[in-house]
Amino acid sequence: MRNFAAVLLFSLVTIGFFTWFSNFGIPQVDPAPPPKEEKLDLGAMTMEQFTALGERVYKGKGTCTLCHSALGGRAPLLQEAGAISKERLADERYKGEAEDMAGYLYESMVKPSAFVVEGFGKAGSSDTVSPMPDVSGGSVGLSDAEMKSVVAYLQKLGGYEITVEIPKDAVPETEEEATSRAPFKTAEAAIAEFACGACHKVAGEEGEVGPDLRKIGRLRDRSYLRRSILDPNAEISKGFEKDQMPADYGEQMYAKELEMIVEYLAALK
Amino acid sequence: MARLLGGLLLVVLAVTLLPGDWPAVDSGLTQSAFAQGAAKTETATAGIAAPKLTPDDYPRIAGVNGRIVVWLVAQLHLWFAAFVLAVPIFVFIIEAIGMSTRDKRYDDMAYEFIKISIAAYSLTAILGGFLVFSLIIFYPHVIQYLGAIFKDTMFYYALLFFLESAALYLYYYGWQWLQGGFRKWVHLTLGLVLNAAGTMLMFLANGWLTFMMSPAGIDPGGIFTGDVWTALHNHLWNPINIHRMVANVAYGGSIVGAYAAFKFLAATRAEERAHYDWMGYTANFIAISALLPLPFAGYYLAAEIYAYSQQMGITLMGGIFAWLFIIQAVLIGTLFLSANYYLWCGMARSEGAARYNRYIKYLAFVIVAAFLVWFTPHTLVLTNEELKALGGPYHKYLGPLGIMPAKNTAVNVMILFTALSFLIYRRANRIAMVGWAKAGNAVQVALFSAGIANIFFLGIYHGYFTNTVYKVASSIPQVITTLVVIAASIVIDAMMYRGAKEVAPLRWGRVPERAQYALFLLAVAFTWLMGLMGYIRSGIRQHWHVVGVFRDNSPDAFTPTLGYAANVVSVGTIIFMAMVIFVFWLSQVSAVKTTPAGFWKEQAS
Ligand code: HEC
Ligand code: HEC
Repeated sequence: MRNFAAVLLFSLVTIGFFTWFSNFGIPQVDPAPPPKEEKLDLGAMTMEQFTALGERVYKGKGTCTLCHSALGGRAPLLQEAGAISKERLADERYKGEAEDMAGYLYESMVKPSAFVVEGFGKAGSSDTVSPMPDVSGGSVGLSDAEMKSVVAYLQKLGGYEITVEIPKDAVPETEEEATSRAPFKTAEAAIAEFACGACHKVAGEEGEVGPDLRKIGRLRDRSYLRRSILDPNAEISKGFEKDQMPADYGEQMYAKELEMIVEYLAALK
Repeated sequence: MARLLGGLLLVVLAVTLLPGDWPAVDSGLTQSAFAQGAAKTETATAGIAAPKLTPDDYPRIAGVNGRIVVWLVAQLHLWFAAFVLAVPIFVFIIEAIGMSTRDKRYDDMAYEFIKISIAAYSLTAILGGFLVFSLIIFYPHVIQYLGAIFKDTMFYYALLFFLESAALYLYYYGWQWLQGGFRKWVHLTLGLVLNAAGTMLMFLANGWLTFMMSPAGIDPGGIFTGDVWTALHNHLWNPINIHRMVANVAYGGSIVGAYAAFKFLAATRAEERAHYDWMGYTANFIAISALLPLPFAGYYLAAEIYAYSQQMGITLMGGIFAWLFIIQAVLIGTLFLSANYYLWCGMARSEGAARYNRYIKYLAFVIVAAFLVWFTPHTLVLTNEELKALGGPYHKYLGPLGIMPAKNTAVNVMILFTALSFLIYRRANRIAMVGWAKAGNAVQVALFSAGIANIFFLGIYHGYFTNTVYKVASSIPQVITTLVVIAASIVIDAMMYRGAKEVAPLRWGRVPERAQYALFLLAVAFTWLMGLMGYIRSGIRQHWHVVGVFRDNSPDAFTPTLGYAANVVSVGTIIFMAMVIFVFWLSQVSAVKTTPAGFWKEQAS
């Protein structure tokens, strides 16, 4: 028993030390919270605010400073992005389609491999593949407006004239409204509210724009239905047009509602 | 047996209780949607889209923090799983050694090892069941999504689990029955089957979690369109497989070492002490042998993470997690120091060791120095105030690549000196009889000197005289140097000490009690370290369930601070220790007999 107590005490002291060290021996850095979807009111934005947005995106959500910083030399510095882009566009290795500074900067974000700066390519690719991700997708997921704001910010940073325009058309959907409402109780209620019937024959409605959904469960399974709603353009039903069905239901619906609707449609046989 | 059945039942229940609306399970359609990926027929099915969740999609139950529950249960499951996967690996090897040397002590020790892991086995299964339960309860949509993708593997998982259980029980209960000649071969084969099944089981589970880190088979729209194999065989699968395999063996060795240490302390008879001393020594030997290659497996994994996504690599080594590697350095330093300390204490077993005692202080000095370099690279630990003054978490010298060459050099030196400790321990009680002993010695000294010089040269050259991009390039030649030196010197040593003369018989059991505490330290530090690395492996996903595809929108999506994580890990370690004590107790309680006087009816004789 004495041995047991001694061993136990010894182990607890060891664990205590590790715990103490991790709490007080090193600085407690609070990791940045997950990036929030910002509600952009582009219509009312001045260029000043737009470049400020660009700076926020550049240092935050865009994760650009993770690589483009003076530390470690992982990626070229972008303070002089303007002068650089002239050189790039003139370089014979350049494979992209950009014609000016703003175009080059924008292209660097969505097609990083269009031009890979010497010495910075992925290991073994002899500078043909960039380690930089396409920041419009994947885990960064910047919108077109956000990327343009970054371009504006980079232009301002280098002291150049800002040539991008604030996009007016892409006013993002009203996120707030979507998250503050109570979820619909039934699939019928949700279908009525999301106005699927405006385009489809479903739940007593007689829409003509999209496919008839009254027996859709016979044709399609749940995963297909789920995708049709989240990403309508992934596969276009025969005889119908692309870009007709709203692509943002994923943002408007609660996951539960989506499942309810999928469930409902799948049962239509 | 009852425990096993209980565990099994839980797993089976958990699997069948998974949400009924798994898309593929019940599609009233002709084909299974998921085995097919993007299909071509009219009724064909598309891929699997990740749902977009809101905080309300994560059930909150009785104010319990779901993330912490899942975290703890997963970690406990992993600790036990690592242990029960590792033990059969070295039991198999020890049994084979016993077979070829015809030394029965090996067979007995192997049997005792496997006995310890039996009770732990059912606990592993039960914890696995709990893990599935807690995931279903707290993260229903996540498990549903992963379930849809990995549905097919679940079946094989269950199958392998049955196979592993059957092999384990036959292997253990049949040990005394399957002895001698052909039967022993049958027994050894069972051990092989057991290990194959266990390893494959782990690989499957690794596929699920690496998919969450480096998803494969995802189209540009974020839809999964691959098949099960694509999902399994994702970028980080093999690096994690290798890393876990090696780490498990080291970990299993350390836990068995703690068991032997405790039995040693509790032993009253000299033979018992001798037996457990020997067992502890073997366990420590296993732990060190696996510990030496472990940093290399770790570098390989880190390099693959960089290769997969530079962003993730930088999050791993650069941001707040940079400080985690300081904690990791303390822990790995602890492991190396206690393993070495144990070896040095063990020299008390032999009369011949006195010749080498004077070297130990130099060994200790170098290992501690290497540890310090590793621990405090170019920076002093910052306080929070200093941090604010710096304006960010990135101390200018803590640019991760900048410090890597120095750290790499220190680690390699530490590993080489641990190998040296071991070589010295090995020859402590022996005198080489071959004619070329002197030359052999000189070659070994030259090897070590050249190796160390090379490691320093590489570290300094790459660290301070090249462009940053090439800084990491030093690690691979350094590693190769270390491995070559160790392998070559062991080969020379083995040949040199063939037929060597023993100075005096080794006295097993004649070892100070503090040596046993080194074994406990090893086990506790290892457990804690595994917990810590579990946090970072999961933490680099940041606010994603599946990186870049399926976002974590729960209120717990934030990355916790290191202190917070350390507290969770400590609580987990304590629970784990309590369970391990229970398991050890169980494994001996079956031998305890109580004779209740006057309880049973007297039999008429
Ligand atoms: C994972 C690291 C990483 C991240 C994150 C990253 N980049 Fe890059 N970026 C690079 C690397 C490496 C290069 C050089 C190779 C190349 O030309 O593609 C580069 C090149 C560029 C270039 C071209 C520079 C030149 O000299 O031609 C621009 C512009 C750029 N990045 C902008 C951005 C912006 C804006 C962001 C944030 C939205 C960002 N990058 C995020 C790594 C990164
Ligand atoms: C503005 C018109 C419009 C609205 C509103 C609309 N859809 Fe659609 N939908 C379409 C069109 C056009 C197609 C065919 C083209 C395509 O596949 O994208 C389609 C396709 C579909 C399909 C795939 C059918 C098949 O056979 O492949 C499903 C399922 C579907 N919609 C469900 C819904 C649901 C549920 C809603 C309400 C939440 C909805 N739609 C709202 C226009 C619409």
